[in-house]
Amino acid sequence: MLSPFTANTPQMLSVSQLSRYLKEVLETDDILQDVWVLGEISDCKTYPSGHCYFTLKDGEAQLLCVFFKRARLRSSALELHNGMAVAANGRISFYERDGKLQLYVESVEPLGAGALFVRFEQLKALLAAEGLFDAERKRPLPPQPAVIGIVTSPQAAALRDMLRVLQTRYPLARVILSPTLVQGAEAPAAIAAALDLLNEHGEADVIILGRGGGSLEELWAFNEEIVARAIARSRIPIVSGIGHEVDFTIADFVADHRASTPTAAATAAVPNIADWHADILAIQRTLTERIQNRLADLHADLERAQHDLERASPQYQLDRHQQQLDDMTARLQTRMQHILSLHGERLRGTALRLHSLSPLLTIARGYAVVRRESDHTVVTSVQQTKPGDDLTIQVSDGNLYTTVRS
Amino acid sequence: MESLSFEEAFTRLEAAAAALQDGQIPLERALHFYEEGMKLAQHCNELLQKAELRVQQLTRDDADVPVVQSFELE
Repeated sequence: MLSPFTANTPQMLSVSQLSRYLKEVLETDDILQDVWVLGEISDCKTYPSGHCYFTLKDGEAQLLCVFFKRARLRSSALELHNGMAVAANGRISFYERDGKLQLYVESVEPLGAGALFVRFEQLKALLAAEGLFDAERKRPLPPQPAVIGIVTSPQAAALRDMLRVLQTRYPLARVILSPTLVQGAEAPAAIAAALDLLNEHGEADVIILGRGGGSLEELWAFNEEIVARAIARSRIPIVSGIGHEVDFTIADFVADHRASTPTAAATAAVPNIADWHADILAIQRTLTERIQNRLADLHADLERAQHDLERASPQYQLDRHQQQLDDMTARLQTRMQHILSLHGERLRGTALRLHSLSPLLTIARGYAVVRRESDHTVVTSVQQTKPGDDLTIQVSDGNLYTTVRS
Repeated sequence: MESLSFEEAFTRLEAAAAALQDGQIPLERALHFYEEGMKLAQHCNELLQKAELRVQQLTRDDADVPVVQSFELE
């Protein structure tokens, strides 16, 4: 072996020398030259050259992997993508130029649901059993939060997005940023500490826990138990907005309100002052309407009072008496007219009856009235005449003149 | 009135509108509520128009006590 080390002479090495040595050590180890590694794929990139680079992770550690085109073609490997749990076979070596220890992959076998996914499900089941996701635990968000706590990275675009939404929708608020890392090994503890800090400070009325979109690994901090516990013990209601619409983290399940993105979380946390402009306008209208109604009522009252006053005046009494007098005169006249017409009726009736009794009617039916010429006495018996008397016989249309013969 | 916060002004605005609903209050009081209500509405609108989101950052001081500092987006 070409070891630069000897038992008792400490040696100074150049980086290249050390790198070459490392490479040799690795490449002469039988185990490392044909090894199967279990892990989850992330940061997977395939270049136009056909070479594929990815990282294998298992939550505690990670390993860089290179899958060259010829190996891929030889192994007829499946399409690799992030989050995939696989067993990768290959050899370990050291890439001197970049100082990287890498797995040079020969073949890849899928392992079904990813290991991270298994951890996710286990923690989810544990916290669900403890009741941390129960609907009864969810607190309502304050309708008008004066102070809004934000737990996120101060450098992230997510913070900018959230502040923009808050400025537009609810600029009356004060924002207190409790900065934290949002990815990496230290992120879970940092997020929990940032939540606790806001609670200790105590001024925030609501907390937005936000992080922009990213890979499963980048969002992983929000699936850690320490974060879930910090959300659960927060005395201040929490809105989560982590990743994109499709991403669901443990933090989302524990939060009082889950929004799909940081922007949506900021939207959910505050009312919209645009609605308030409308409310204020509506109240102004109500005010005007009510004062106008009030004035109209008073005006009506005034008119009524004026009317009452007029009725009480002497002139009104005089007018009223005059009217009564006129009424009575008119009634008297009507009554008089009635009586007169009644008498007229009675007179006509009597005249008719008189007519029906007239002897002229009897004559018309063929009877005659005989009168003595000398004294116009009506002759009703032969005893009243003697021969030679002149008689007048009245019939319907004239008189006959005759002389009694016997 | 100038010193009223939006919430205070809005609450008083709503109270003025409610008071006006009572047809029994004297006219002078009603007119007072009306004028006050209109001024409050104006004040509310102005507050909304000129409101600027204030952003602070929370850290711990040397004694480990939470303190807020001003914060500017980078």
